[in-house]
Amino acid sequence: MSVDMQMSILIVDDYKTMLRIIRNLLKQLGFNNVDEATDGSMALQKLRDKEYHLVISDWNMEPMTGIQLLREVRADAKLKALPFIMITAESKTENVIAAKEAGVNNYIVKPFNAATLKTKLASVIGNF
Amino acid sequence: MSGAVPAELVAKLSALKTRMPSYTKDEIQEVVSEMLSSMEGDLSEMNLKLYAEVESLARYIVTAKSEIAALRPDEIMSEHLPSATDELDAIVGSTEEATNGILQAMESLETLTGEMSPELAEKVTEAVTLVYESCNFQDITGQRITKVVRALKHIESRVDALVAAFGEDIAKYKTVHPDAEKKPVDKTSDAALLNGPQLPDSAGKQDDIDALLASFD
Repeated sequence: MSVDMQMSILIVDDYKTMLRIIRNLLKQLGFNNVDEATDGSMALQKLRDKEYHLVISDWNMEPMTGIQLLREVRADAKLKALPFIMITAESKTENVIAAKEAGVNNYIVKPFNAATLKTKLASVIGNF
Repeated sequence: MSGAVPAELVAKLSALKTRMPSYTKDEIQEVVSEMLSSMEGDLSEMNLKLYAEVESLARYIVTAKSEIAALRPDEIMSEHLPSATDELDAIVGSTEEATNGILQAMESLETLTGEMSPELAEKVTEAVTLVYESCNFQDITGQRITKVVRALKHIESRVDALVAAFGEDIAKYKTVHPDAEKKPVDKTSDAALLNGPQLPDSAGKQDDIDALLASFD
């Protein structure tokens, strides 16, 4: 099955520069339909208002963290199957386990490079 | 337990001294016995040790209190800690601004790849990607600094408690050591002119500096 390059992606990070970097890297990979949120609660609102095909979220944000967002997504009947990638500086084993238990599809540790982003994306949405 | 010599004993010693300038052995023995009997039931060997310990502890506390007061935690609380957190906030702000500038330049460069040969466009895109990846630092730096600011705020709350607990001692120290209070600084001395970068709100603007320079003409 080929990947729809027009898929709608929501990126979530409280650092505007990081949103910009991820957006630009996604654009280089051919994904132009990208939307942004600066914390989990804003992201959750957007996810409930509009259809998205993938979430790429930071962990450490206020008031709602990435892991809280992930749990909300998995607990929501309409959103629970949504692919979710965590992209964070939280690199402890406990964090990765907690994210996995909450239902994350993949996990990228910051600082990351474009090749890692592409590999992780492919593992979640298929090769493109 | 009191450290005072019983009045009865004092009277006895005075009477002895008046009557006989030089004491006999028996008389001395009598005085010593009297003294010991006055302490009986009041000072056991254990009590004496305990008393010595408590006294030493009290001395230690008094010394520690004056040393803490001399550290001037009120000054740390009112000046140094807020200044440190402001500087750290400024670092986050300036790195964010610089990163946005770099990203802006790279985005502009990327839009030009359409006008380049495919080979050149590919090379430029690779370089731009490297810059995007390197700009990750701003997020990581920001998060690290946020952790430091959090630690400083924790220290601030502890120092605040210290200031509240030792307020009287600090005030006493300031009275006894008026020299420790900040003296008016000569703002033109070499040392006073070394302040490093100013925080954004208090930094002089180039226009103001130009105007100041022009005022000398």
